[in-house]
Amino acid sequence: MQQVAKQSWQLVAMIGPGILWIVLFLVLPSLFLISIAFLSNDPYGLPVMPMTFQAFRELAGFGLLGWSPANIHTLWRSVWQAGFATLLVILISYPIAYYITTRPAHLRPLMLILIVLPSWTNQVIRAVGWMNLFSPGTPLANAAAAVGLSEPQMGLFPSQFAVVVGLVYNFLPFMVLPLYAAFERLDHVQVEAARDLFANPLRAFFAAVLPQTLPGLLAGTVLVAVPAFGMFVIPELLGAGRSTMVGNLVARQFSDGANWPLGAAAALIMILFTLLGLFVLKRAARRLGGEREMML
Amino acid sequence: MPPLIANGVRYASAIAVRDLCRTFPGGVVALDGVDLDIQAGEFFTLLGPSGCGKTTLLRILAGLEYADGGSVEIGGKSLEGVPPHRRSVNTVFQSYALFPNRNVRENIGFGLQMQGFKKPVINERVEAMAELTRVHDLLERRPEQLSGGQKQRVALARALVNEPDVLLLDEPLSALDAGLRAQLQVELQRLQRRLGMTFVFVTHDQQEAMVMSHRMAILHEGKVQQVGTPQAIYEKPATRFIARFMGHQNVFQVTARGSDEISADFGCLNGSFADGSYVLLRQEALELRAGVSHGNNQLQAKVDECLYRGSVAEYRLICGNARLTASCHNRGQGLFAPGEAVTIEVAPEAVAMLSG
Repeated sequence: MQQVAKQSWQLVAMIGPGILWIVLFLVLPSLFLISIAFLSNDPYGLPVMPMTFQAFRELAGFGLLGWSPANIHTLWRSVWQAGFATLLVILISYPIAYYITTRPAHLRPLMLILIVLPSWTNQVIRAVGWMNLFSPGTPLANAAAAVGLSEPQMGLFPSQFAVVVGLVYNFLPFMVLPLYAAFERLDHVQVEAARDLFANPLRAFFAAVLPQTLPGLLAGTVLVAVPAFGMFVIPELLGAGRSTMVGNLVARQFSDGANWPLGAAAALIMILFTLLGLFVLKRAARRLGGEREMML
Repeated sequence: MPPLIANGVRYASAIAVRDLCRTFPGGVVALDGVDLDIQAGEFFTLLGPSGCGKTTLLRILAGLEYADGGSVEIGGKSLEGVPPHRRSVNTVFQSYALFPNRNVRENIGFGLQMQGFKKPVINERVEAMAELTRVHDLLERRPEQLSGGQKQRVALARALVNEPDVLLLDEPLSALDAGLRAQLQVELQRLQRRLGMTFVFVTHDQQEAMVMSHRMAILHEGKVQQVGTPQAIYEKPATRFIARFMGHQNVFQVTARGSDEISADFGCLNGSFADGSYVLLRQEALELRAGVSHGNNQLQAKVDECLYRGSVAEYRLICGNARLTASCHNRGQGLFAPGEAVTIEVAPEAVAMLSG
């Protein structure tokens, strides 16, 4: 009996801190968030009793002045901007990651550091950098106006374009790194086997290269799409209120807009969408056979 | 396309390799003017130590590697500039290179699928080939669920199902354990004889090469050293390098040469010998007798070591100024003890002259 008691104490000592951590910093805040979302909003924006669905009604657009689609638009815009940015990040990162693996071994770490280096700078500073590049009167803005891509004197910022550029720039390293890891482990003989078995270069790519890099691609997609969906700083600065995303909607309810229950409800919906996205991705991964190596 | 291989392939192609050269970036010379003629329907082996260029030659035939100079023709058609997917040549890779995300059926059918065959045709031919290579019970498995030997068979089926003009095999048995390897050597040989397809097999294992090949080429430092049947190459190696590589241990420089005799460190032999500055005594063709006798082509020796291997006993002998090895078949005649004096009987067939 003593032996068993001792063992269970050891067990508690080992997993106890972890459980405590999860309860304190995940379970309790989540419960807190959920309960706030179902409370009423007092005149100062703080949550009060009684329990109600008021926040969710507001989120769906039912306000004092009737129904407005603004929040739904914001949600849709978040999905669209994050998805589009993720797609661009994939298209840009894939060749970059492959190119790095073809370089001599001593150059590769340097090239990876060059990819990662910008992300060590503060996000706000990087966004302000893009603001300066895209402002009216800058060479880039003038060039865009000259070929008719933007109105003269308007600049490229603030715009949805600037937000997507900011997102792509911000999340590029998170896609390049897992893809690089996948490319570095690539079994080139499989590619040769496909070529040998009558596959032209394009079909050999889809038969032998893509499946092998899929785990990296999926990992990168999770690392990019999820935070991009909830991104707050970039749409705030580069979109200047025109391209707000759910992150901005949430942030506003806890600051100027002061409506905690509405903010909590929006945050909950955001989490639900994220989980839904991960679920879809996991299903896709299973069908494509990359699931085992994907850590979800 | 007629139904699958049952009684021989529709056609087999001859291969002509002319003055083929390949130097890798960095200056390593892989092929240095290789000329080869491989006949249609032949089991031809490229044999040599690692780094001799045999795999590079195979890869050039497959189109996976470029040649710097020279030409390759298969079935009389030049392969210059033909990409791998347009060559009727398929390869069994050393690492098998099965596609891990496809099951066995999809792996074997891959080449047919890429050639645009319809599903029913692919299924029929995949199943027939799976039967032939004895993997028909594994069709729905994934490569990770297969043993080494099974993977090997699937890789073979995946290449053969396309009925290529030439099948290339890059050390396909080297990852298998000895027993399985011997079994697959026999199977592979039977399959080739039955199909009549041209096989080009790469290996560094001379036993394996001899068991399976019709003819073989010895490659060394990017050059073809000798081409011939296994028997010709084993019994009459052209050079010291080939003799050593084929497993011969008794190679000596000729020290003196008369009209019908040669001398080396081990003593003197009488007979009419071919030209050559080195002499090879095949260890398994030497006969040992107890005691000392001084006849024609008899050498006196002392047993230094005896290595008992069951079917043979291998003796290390001291003979004149030389050390000789003799392998004696164990017919129950008993063993010579270290220190014992013996007489080596050298039959004319046991001697081969080497040029360099």
